Amino acid sequence: MLLTIRSLTKTFPGTKALDGVRFDLRAGEVHALLGENGAGKSTLIKCLTGAYRPDAGEIRLDGQPIAPRSTSEAQELGIGTVYQEVNLLPNLTVAQNLCFGREPRRFGMVSSREMKRMAQDMLSGYGIDVDVSRDLGTYSVAIQQIVAIARAVALSGKVLILDEPTASLDAREVEMLFDVVRGLRDRGLGIVFVTHFLDQVFALSDRITVLRNGCHIVTEDTAALDRVRLIEHMLGRALEDEVEHRAVDHGVAGPVKPEMLAFDAMSRRGVVEPFDLRIAKGEVVGLAGLLGSGRTESAELLFGIRGTTTGTARDEVGPVRIDSPRAAIAAGFGFAPEDRKTDGIVADLSIRENIALALQARRGWARPVSRTEQARLAETYIKRLDIRTSDAEKAVGELSGGNQQKVVLARWLAMNPRFLILDEPTRGIDVGAHAEILRLIHELTAEGMSLLVISSELDELIAVSDRVIVVRDRAHVAELTGADVTTETVVRAIADHGREEVA
Amino acid sequence: MKLKTLLATTAAVSLMGLAATAQTVGFSQIGSESGWRAAETTLTKQQAEERGIDLKFSDAQQKQENQIAAIRSFIAQGVDAILLAPVVATGWDSVLEEAKEAEIPVVLLDRRVDSADDLYLTAVGSDLVHEGQVAGEWLVNEVAGEDCRVVELQGTTGSSPAIDRKTGFENAIAGHDNIEIVRSQTGDFTRSMGKEVMESFLQAENGGADICALYAHNDDMAVGAIQAIKEAGLNPGEDILIVSIDAVPDIFKAMAEGDANATVELTPNMAGPAFDALAAYWKDGTMPEKFIQTESRLYTPADDPQAEYENRKDLGY
Amino acid sequence: MSFALPPVLRRVAPQVVTLVAVCVLVTLFFPGFLDLRLSDGRLVGPVIDIVKRSAPVALLAIGMTLVIATKGIDLSVGTTMAITGAVAAWCLDSGLGVGPAVALAIATGLVCGLWNGGLVAIIGIQPIVATLILMTAGRGIAQLITEGRILTFNDAGFAWFGSGAILGVPVPAVIWVVTGVALALLMRRTALGLLVEAIGVNRRASAIAGVNATVLLIAVYVASGLCAAFAGIITTADIRGADANNAGLWLELDAILAVVIGGNSLLGGRFSIAASILGALIIQTIDTGILLAGFPSEYNLVIKAALVVIILVLQSPQFMAEVFFWRRFGRKNLAPDTVKEDAR
Repeated sequence: MLLTIRSLTKTFPGTKALDGVRFDLRAGEVHALLGENGAGKSTLIKCLTGAYRPDAGEIRLDGQPIAPRSTSEAQELGIGTVYQEVNLLPNLTVAQNLCFGREPRRFGMVSSREMKRMAQDMLSGYGIDVDVSRDLGTYSVAIQQIVAIARAVALSGKVLILDEPTASLDAREVEMLFDVVRGLRDRGLGIVFVTHFLDQVFALSDRITVLRNGCHIVTEDTAALDRVRLIEHMLGRALEDEVEHRAVDHGVAGPVKPEMLAFDAMSRRGVVEPFDLRIAKGEVVGLAGLLGSGRTESAELLFGIRGTTTGTARDEVGPVRIDSPRAAIAAGFGFAPEDRKTDGIVADLSIRENIALALQARRGWARPVSRTEQARLAETYIKRLDIRTSDAEKAVGELSGGNQQKVVLARWLAMNPRFLILDEPTRGIDVGAHAEILRLIHELTAEGMSLLVISSELDELIAVSDRVIVVRDRAHVAELTGADVTTETVVRAIADHGREEVA
Repeated sequence: MKLKTLLATTAAVSLMGLAATAQTVGFSQIGSESGWRAAETTLTKQQAEERGIDLKFSDAQQKQENQIAAIRSFIAQGVDAILLAPVVATGWDSVLEEAKEAEIPVVLLDRRVDSADDLYLTAVGSDLVHEGQVAGEWLVNEVAGEDCRVVELQGTTGSSPAIDRKTGFENAIAGHDNIEIVRSQTGDFTRSMGKEVMESFLQAENGGADICALYAHNDDMAVGAIQAIKEAGLNPGEDILIVSIDAVPDIFKAMAEGDANATVELTPNMAGPAFDALAAYWKDGTMPEKFIQTESRLYTPADDPQAEYENRKDLGY
Repeated sequence: MSFALPPVLRRVAPQVVTLVAVCVLVTLFFPGFLDLRLSDGRLVGPVIDIVKRSAPVALLAIGMTLVIATKGIDLSVGTTMAITGAVAAWCLDSGLGVGPAVALAIATGLVCGLWNGGLVAIIGIQPIVATLILMTAGRGIAQLITEGRILTFNDAGFAWFGSGAILGVPVPAVIWVVTGVALALLMRRTALGLLVEAIGVNRRASAIAGVNATVLLIAVYVASGLCAAFAGIITTADIRGADANNAGLWLELDAILAVVIGGNSLLGGRFSIAASILGALIIQTIDTGILLAGFPSEYNLVIKAALVVIILVLQSPQFMAEVFFWRRFGRKNLAPDTVKEDAR
């Protein structure tokens, strides 16, 4: 056994993040570490990499007990980590990044020729074609990710921890990365793989360990687990096709919902080509497309975050002004953005304040939402959305991603908008929160709220949407309704549209 | 060879030609950081006008590089002399050498430089130690042997006026055991600090009852201190004697109102003696002394302060 | 060790403790420090001097707190003081009277604030650069108004702002207390405080949530300009003259220091006006204490710097965490007896 962890415990004020956790890693295996947000995955990894010091328990590497006190110490012991956000320096060359901190020297000066050679050696066997003297930032995230892996392997060489490495990669890049990981496994490294994508878990890992609420739940061979059982382990309850169960029945044409909002010829030069959009009361419109296709930009036009070159909006009564977020909010819109950290949460403020923020902004500064009202709102939504927190005064920045997303949702629900835009509402959050948010979407539409949902996960998008609009190359290229709304049709619309036109 | 001679002759003739008409003098002033500096600028312009000198004025805004650039431009314009009020003491060698090579005499005003003294014609300035001494001697005579506890408002810590004016005053009271400096603090040469520090002196010295005299390194601090004394319910000029240096208009106003007792003039008219020396030099090459000391005149209420105020108030102080 | 302090008091507790400690220290060097007496119907004593003398920095710190809460900084406040003072003195010199002088000075502060706020919020220049423009150029403007000299006036009505007293309390002190309380109440009794903190932490997210970040940003710079105008009026009234070269010189740095000693983060977000004011009082107590103690003036800045470093180190969260860590560590490992007692 390469790495053994026994009864590892770590307590934070108010929570027990790890409670007697055990974990084994063999040399030459990919071991997936799974769990909902807050299950203890990141705490476990931080204990391994020396970022945290466990309160109790034992970590053995090659049979020797270790207690790394810093990332560099963990590296020296043989434990290297690669994070979702590549933490290398994009403005240095690939070679400088690879050799950072141990540059080959000649006569006291860094020898760039020697460094290039060293870097090329380090990258050989990874199957990528990279000019090591170019800046790292000029390469794709996938290449950067592989460079980070190469550096970690060269520095450490025994255990490689991959913390959500695929979150910002496309399918082809994921495959490239997996080839690299398989190669390393065959070289005898022990690899810990943390991810939210269950497909990838089944594609890559040999064994799976599931944590829940800081406890070890199960460790099993991947081959012996199926998806439903795995999700059951992670959620602690039988899920039973959560998504399909609640899916919109696309086959039957229900009663025609009354049209509520109409956007005409919305566009911004160089960003989104003119598009029309009709939204009915209680309807969910899905916006499908690849990253960079213009889907987020479309939403930003509708919410007044970006100015429009052309376009008008109107509702049943008359024209609606949406030239700024404030105007859009006044028109009864809400927008939960894709990038929660920069566009959504106000990290240092409490959950209570974050939830009350939009409401307060709409009321104006002179009419404060009273402390008790804020507290009541916070309590209501913490309960309704099941936000996991010790109390409402906790800073939102300290919450896990899924809970942050719920806080942003709560902020908009507190406004009771008639039209809510959800951009990637389930990105980077765990299966449980995922299901809860989908359930919530159904609840909201039942109450008559209209939604525009943007998501990269087609299954999910199709499951919730009455209609799907496909965005490609900054233009809205197709609208699918009724029985046409299937994964295959959407994928074909995304992929084949250009060819169809030529033909 | 021939060409060179020709050039030299032409140059000499053209110089003589200029000399026959109005003289041109370049003046590189530090800036306008104080009222005194502004008065110096005004007086220099006045003196130049009186003598029919064409003055080219350059304000360096407290930057040596601006002054060096100004001097180079004066040299390029071929002025007949350069007046320089140097912002710092060091770093002048090369530009002064350039002026020397161009045979343009440089006169330093008010402040000195650390360069060899053959690089400039002369320096006009006051003797800061002497100023302090004049102030001290006045106090010695004024108290005439009675015990006197003095508080001192220093200039900016470490600046040469602060150091020298302190030294001069201490020299003057040395040997007079009846006079003692009991508190000494920096008032940064400003009115507001002068007032603030004086307030603390009053607090510390029994509400001011234990203070016999105030010696301030400049008039501005004294004016601030006078207000502090008034606000403490005391009578400046009577309860506490006030002696300071510079002779700016406002201290004469205070003196006219009986709030101040003595000030030592640091004349802003540095240009007058400088132009006198230059005139002699231009005329027959007379070399002046390397340092021309301006008079440090003592003013007291006997010198018609109201009139002095009127004389000075428009000089730009 | 857990007192049930209300949150406001818990927030300013470190500053209160520091202020008391500095006062004790000064009293050691100058025993008469706490003396207080009534003379001509006004309170007199070193403490009163401090309360009065801290007016400029306290006022600047009040405005600066709001600016810093938005992740900004206002380097121009010292210069704004000089300009407003020059404007006031010019009005008095031209015989316009006290009312117009005060009104025009305040209007000038408002314009300075609008200028800074416009550069930051509308044009999008970084605050440190945007306010640097006025910081450097403004002194020139002030000098143009005063024509490079100390523009003096003799107007008892205006001088009252610097040296008058209300019920025995110096007017400058009254002005900063009223301004501080008014702004603190305005921030906390309305939603302004929350909105300012929100744009300081994350301007983009706040704007998407509908907060009018542009207007709020301009408003905090205007508030800072107004506070600077009050400070300028006080200093000008104090010396009965506008000293364009020296009025407010480097005071922006003292104000920033006061905000930092007040425990406010320069990265924006949570702020406490009360703590910043306490910071200003701490700085002034150190300044006055040094003067009273009678050290040679060469030591002034060294002593001040040393005290400030000590205060900031003691207040730093890392340092406190270390102290508590070692204390706990000490209890656990070095003093088993204590542990037993705790167990009982």
